[in-house]
Amino acid sequence: MITLAHMLTLSAVLFALSVAGIFLNRKNVLLLLMCIELLLLAANFNFVAFSRYLGQLDGQIFVFFVLTVAAAESAIGLAILVVLFRERRSINVEELNKLQG
Amino acid sequence: MLPLILFYIFATVLVLAAVAVIVARNPVYSALSLVLCFVTSAALWLLIEAEFLAIVLVLVYVGAVMVLFLFVVMMIDIDLEELRAGFTRFAWLGWIVAMVIVLEIAGVVVTRKLGIDVTRGAAPLPANYSNTQELGALLYSKYAYPFEIAAMVLLVAIVAAITLTLRHRPNLKVQNIARQVSARASERVRLVKMDAEHRE
Repeated sequence: MITLAHMLTLSAVLFALSVAGIFLNRKNVLLLLMCIELLLLAANFNFVAFSRYLGQLDGQIFVFFVLTVAAAESAIGLAILVVLFRERRSINVEELNKLQG
Repeated sequence: MLPLILFYIFATVLVLAAVAVIVARNPVYSALSLVLCFVTSAALWLLIEAEFLAIVLVLVYVGAVMVLFLFVVMMIDIDLEELRAGFTRFAWLGWIVAMVIVLEIAGVVVTRKLGIDVTRGAAPLPANYSNTQELGALLYSKYAYPFEIAAMVLLVAIVAAITLTLRHRPNLKVQNIARQVSARASERVRLVKMDAEHRE
């Protein structure tokens, strides 16, 4: 029988892997976006698991909204990435110092 | 017993695919591994009987978002070697942060116990239970207002993405439909009166 502990452990491992991915691929904006998608997936795992094991559907509704916002975020992120590449011919994070931030 | 075996198979595939996403040399392989992640996650959600979200995950993520990612990966021509430089320099930091996060989550779960018994399975659902129907009933009643806001978020995302990538090129030959429609014969045809030619 799949218990809540199984799902929570899997989601924690997935979350940790994607955080490690953000550190490893910190130069590549494209992979940073993919790692954020993975982070959101790990969070969604917790929502679905708790929703199922506590017998309340509200968590799954929330996953629905998280998916919506994640899709919007990746669409705008990729649009910015394309514009950025057109402008600079590079997607290296270290070269993004135009604003001197 | 069978669900547990399936869970371990899918969980292994999911973790390996996640590792492939973060260490793959080529962004195309990363994107494809991410597709595998989403598909196995959908299978896992099916296993714990969240059918609607499993299908939505495949349709929305694999069908739309990852195709968008693949388009962008293949459209832009990036210098992989430059982006890979220093890949291992901060790798130890990444793995340490990952370990710290796992320990923190485990610490919270162990000390607080979450107020529930995490070692029990989910209550079995009745035979005529429909996940999609229940979700729909909740979404269009209690969460109708957030649902509309979600629609607005998507609309704003479409408008933002299109306006960001829209390119106005100078000297582009395009039709001006309004001028074409409003043109009249009197503007187009000019009758010129002139004397007939005379043979010398």
